[in-house]
Amino acid sequence: MEITFQSLTFLIFSVVTLGAALMVVTTRNLFHAALYLMLSLFGVAGLFILLSAPLIAGFQVVVYIGAIAILIIFAIMLTPQVMQVVGVRNNQWMLSLGLAVFFFLMLVSVVSPFMDEVGVEDWSTDFKEDNPAAVPDDTLVDFGQSIVDSQRYLLPFEIASILLMAALIGAVLLVSPPNKAKAKRQPIYDARDEMEVQQGPSEQSAAGD
Amino acid sequence: MVPLWMYLVVAAGLFCIGMYGVLSRRNAVAILMSIELMLNAVNINLVAFWRYLTPERIGGQVFAAFVFVVAAAETAVGLALILMIYRRRQTVVVEDVDLLKW
Amino acid sequence: MTDFLMDDIGLSHALAVLIAQTLGVFVVAMFGLLWTLLGIWIERKIAGRMQDRIGPNRVGPFGLVQTIADMVKIIVKEDIVPRGADRWVFNLAPILSVMGVMLLWVVVPFSAGWIGTDLSIGALYLIAAGSLGNIAVLMAGWASNNKFALVGAFRAIAQLISYEVPMVLALLIPVLMAGSLSTQEIVREQHIMYAIAVPLTLLIFLVSSQAEMGRGPFDLLEAESELVAGYQTEYAGMKFGMFYVAEFLHAFTAGVLTAIFFLGGWRGPWAEDVHILGFVYLMIKSMAAYFVLIWLRMTVPRLRIDQLLNFNWKFLVPVSLINLLVVAFVWKLIPDTDTINSLEDALLPTAALLVANGIMIGVIGWALRERGRRERARIASIYAQPAAGD
Repeated sequence: MEITFQSLTFLIFSVVTLGAALMVVTTRNLFHAALYLMLSLFGVAGLFILLSAPLIAGFQVVVYIGAIAILIIFAIMLTPQVMQVVGVRNNQWMLSLGLAVFFFLMLVSVVSPFMDEVGVEDWSTDFKEDNPAAVPDDTLVDFGQSIVDSQRYLLPFEIASILLMAALIGAVLLVSPPNKAKAKRQPIYDARDEMEVQQGPSEQSAAGD
Repeated sequence: MVPLWMYLVVAAGLFCIGMYGVLSRRNAVAILMSIELMLNAVNINLVAFWRYLTPERIGGQVFAAFVFVVAAAETAVGLALILMIYRRRQTVVVEDVDLLKW
Repeated sequence: MTDFLMDDIGLSHALAVLIAQTLGVFVVAMFGLLWTLLGIWIERKIAGRMQDRIGPNRVGPFGLVQTIADMVKIIVKEDIVPRGADRWVFNLAPILSVMGVMLLWVVVPFSAGWIGTDLSIGALYLIAAGSLGNIAVLMAGWASNNKFALVGAFRAIAQLISYEVPMVLALLIPVLMAGSLSTQEIVREQHIMYAIAVPLTLLIFLVSSQAEMGRGPFDLLEAESELVAGYQTEYAGMKFGMFYVAEFLHAFTAGVLTAIFFLGGWRGPWAEDVHILGFVYLMIKSMAAYFVLIWLRMTVPRLRIDQLLNFNWKFLVPVSLINLLVVAFVWKLIPDTDTINSLEDALLPTAALLVANGIMIGVIGWALRERGRRERARIASIYAQPAAGD
């Protein structure tokens, strides 16, 4: 494979993605971890652009970086003791590291052509595809139409919207104070306050008499 | 273009890093972040398979979009739960939240 | 440009494209930054006149060189990083802040042929690039190690994320009417500028983008009387300058986006053929929109944080949702909206949408008036009662 502009960009984006992801799971400072998460997600967005799916890349930035990552940072700031966690890793980290490495090697052995070279039978040529058919011009339009077409993805789309609605209601219910219904709402601004301030001096003078 | 398996290797790497994070971090927010990494790995795979094998059908992209929806819902509810636990027990370390163990 | 490099100098295709693109990036970015120099002067002058002052008038003719003098001053200032600050994040935040605004200029169609990149997802890209600014605010607030900065950042994010919802809903309407996300395509489709067809959407967009850049009545993120200077409290010298430039440029960019999405962008007489004319039209329209934004900023007093969020979630979001539904419905009802190719084709849809918008504005205005009347009656009744202490 010769080195082209595209393969170079792919290399940069994948190194950024994986490097930042490694920092996410190892950094002690949670705020930094969240920033690295953003960087990693940016790298993934770059990969999406390389895969000629700009729409998904746009979603990635808007949803993940614009909303999810900021939500996570918000949660980190709202729970100040998060910062004071003594150990980053629990006591099963060796086991999980081993498991992750094992899993990675297994996946790589399945998808990469290295196994071919050591004599394992080649069972999928799809993975070696490097010259796919061109993407149709109207992907964007097709995407939009497919999610409102009852023959295609209308039902999943509706279910997804119900899921979002449920998550919205659930999140609001979870974080709202439990006694909210009973406690009388206290308005921040009350016209009476102003009135008492205005009456202040006259009351004082009355007390002085 | 770069062959498909390279994208799959990157996705596998991202997934395994995320898995390591989920299994080894003590902080609930950090675990949530690792789950995001794993979901992203899935998305890379979906879009890569779409691009290389079936670019004429939109399915891969639509599924990736649904993963976004699920991720957003999961984060919202997950963070609400974490905030709730923090409010009740002043901790976000998952090992300390073990009331159901007995 | 690419042709010139390839044919006359004899560079390879990839290299020629690379050089041409880099030059393009420089031109667009430099234009944005140089415009800031003049724009800040214009804004200060207008603001001064609105508040019955003269504005900058000392340095150079009409105070024109004031901004350059300020720039020199700000560059030679000492660069302070507070103790306990998160140095890397602290230094990165102002850069990201400027970057987030500059990135918006990529998809601005300056004229029929001049555009950074005509992305097929232009409008989505604008929202995505805009979210970089949010991160910069969060980073600045957190890294400063200062309570005012942190509270400022909290408020800022609550505000920015909330007002992103009506802004996106408002942006959806030009996208829906043009049938494309590409900014160039949206401008091309505006045979009659969308401001005439959907004035309510234009209002929603102006208000929410004013809140998005944290200016005018929505400048809670740096409310001096409450928060010192919000998330930029600890910044000095050029780093503060970068936040300032980002804020100014964002404000002007909001004007440009209004011009593109609602005022017809570069469209005007002979703009198709003479590209420089299109650029002039775009600038005139942007300045008009920008003037309205300054006007808002200078005349309306600051809101309280609860009023701000209530206004968004209880008024602006429902209104923009209903607006989207009504516009989409009317748009679907009118025949042949997919094939609008001339001014005559656009007349009927525009008229229908204008009527629908008029009705909506009427209903909303009536509801607001009723609400105001009730609120005044409530306050009056409280005053009429004897106070609790008596």
